[in-house]
Amino acid sequence: MQPIISVSNLTKTYASGFHALKGIDLEIRRGEIFALLGPNGAGKTTLISIICGIVTPTSGTVLADGHDIIKEYRAARSKIGLVPQEIANDAFESVWATVKFSRGLFGKPPNDAYLEQVLKDLSLWDKKDNSILSLSGGMKRRVMIAKALSHEPQILFLDEPTAGVDVELRRDMWDMVRRLRANGVTIILTTHYIEEAEEMADRIGIINKGEIILVEDKRTLMRKLGRKQLTLHLQHPLERISPELAHRNLELSADGTALIYTFDSQQESTGIASLLRQLNELGIDFKDLNTTESSLEEIFVSLVKRDAVPNGLAATGGRA
Amino acid sequence: MNTYGLLAIYRFEMARWFRTLVQSVLSPVISTSLYFVVFGAAIGSRMAQIDGVSYGAFIVPGLIMLSILTESISNGSFGIYMPRYSGTIYEVLSAPLSPFEIVTGYVGAAATKSVLLGLIILATARLFVPFEIAHPFWMVTFLVLTSITFSLFGFLIGIWATGWEKLQIVPVLVVTPLAFLGGSFYSISMLPPLWQKIALFNPVVYLISGFRWSFYGISDVAVGVSLAMTFLFMIICLAIAWWVFRTGYRLKA
Ligand SMILES: Nc1ncnc2c1ncn2[C@@H]1O[C@H](COP(=O)(O)OP(=O)(O)O)[C@@H](O)[C@H]1O
Ligand SMILES: [Mg+2]
Repeated sequence: MQPIISVSNLTKTYASGFHALKGIDLEIRRGEIFALLGPNGAGKTTLISIICGIVTPTSGTVLADGHDIIKEYRAARSKIGLVPQEIANDAFESVWATVKFSRGLFGKPPNDAYLEQVLKDLSLWDKKDNSILSLSGGMKRRVMIAKALSHEPQILFLDEPTAGVDVELRRDMWDMVRRLRANGVTIILTTHYIEEAEEMADRIGIINKGEIILVEDKRTLMRKLGRKQLTLHLQHPLERISPELAHRNLELSADGTALIYTFDSQQESTGIASLLRQLNELGIDFKDLNTTESSLEEIFVSLVKRDAVPNGLAATGGRA
Repeated sequence: MNTYGLLAIYRFEMARWFRTLVQSVLSPVISTSLYFVVFGAAIGSRMAQIDGVSYGAFIVPGLIMLSILTESISNGSFGIYMPRYSGTIYEVLSAPLSPFEIVTGYVGAAATKSVLLGLIILATARLFVPFEIAHPFWMVTFLVLTSITFSLFGFLIGIWATGWEKLQIVPVLVVTPLAFLGGSFYSISMLPPLWQKIALFNPVVYLISGFRWSFYGISDVAVGVSLAMTFLFMIICLAIAWWVFRTGYRLKA
């Protein structure tokens, strides 16, 4: 199927001479939730701003639903909704006036019933006549989302949607994102909260210093790069790892009560079976065991640091 | 053509004006009334007629032009500067709107306000002095053309400005002096010969002269020249606006 967004060889050099994007190639699939993950200054906002028409690219092309964002900007932009990173509102307008304005701006005929539903979904309906000035920060952010949805976009960009957002709004926002996806809307969100990408996304792209380092199905990514650890809680503490076990990737916990085995879950043979057999032969008994896998966060940190594979693995919880 | 989008901008700008209607309308009405009290009644009663027109009536077109120029520039510049300042411009830039539609929305609203204001001042003036309008069609034409042109000029200032001070600089340092020196309160022919020549470099002279002609049939320069100069200025502003959107100057990084 044709990707809903395809970015090819996109570069951006700001007037300051700074190369914010260095040849981005990226395809977003129709109907997916795509998380663009990267540290501050990686170029996430720049990339989104170019796709939405707010920043002029230096070179390269972007197609949105098959339309060139520059040559066919009307067709491209009418498909896209954007919730920018920074809150910016017309303070003296009412909530209702501002969403009506947004819908009109995108060339859609009035549809009050639809806008009412959007406001209700975002718990803004009872605030519709309030001026935006009088709303709390969280409510203002909801208004930004309502504006982005006012013209029924097929593609929704959420730039750092949960930065500094309270728990309730965060939950509402994810509910909304799931609902939108169920209705066929493609969602692209940027974040530097890894849990967010891990929780929400179908696919994850990692961007650093203006380059896409990796794009991968979330599960594949987790599996591919996720080193696992098997922890064996011993019946009797050991003083050291015996020489017979030296060839194995084993560590002994500080108190000697646990053996920690690190393996690659992707490999044909994880070595678990033979390890367990050998322990049995050596008479090392264990009373319990659990496995843990590396979180996306560690994968991310290691990629960004240009380490091939994470070494020290921390537990994210016993997902055996 | 994104008509809904254009109308959204236009209505948004008009709504802002209506919210502050009293302030938007009352202040120019009061200041115009003051001009009439001072220049029309107090000083004007001691002034001779100019080309057969009483001084009070003579200054009406000039006063309207003066207000139109300042209001057009202020509305035109504020309309686009405000979203740039608050950051809401992102939405306009990301909307499926052509530069023409964006300019028409903002400038159209600013010009509408100016035209309405001009008519209000005209009605206010009528309370103070009796006058007739010899060429109503041309009066409206000059009013509308000037409103559009200077709203567009204001729009460009609003794009160029990087702070509130800059927004004020052009109106205060350039336009107000030119408007005062442009024959609002006197006929250019009353100046010494050298200054008459210098005055012809002041674009506002042509606006006021043409506008006054539409009232009383008297003018400092030929009406055709006034009209041509107004169009020329409008075309220059349009060309700059075209360049602004083509390059994204101060709008897009
Ligand atoms: N208008 C601009 N002029 C110059 N440099 C900019 C501008 N906007 C962003 N940058 C720089 O480009 C880089 C990428 O910024 P941005 O896209 O906002 O990153 P992110 O959203 O991933 O945090 C940063 O180093 C930032 O300082
Ligand atoms: Mg950003």
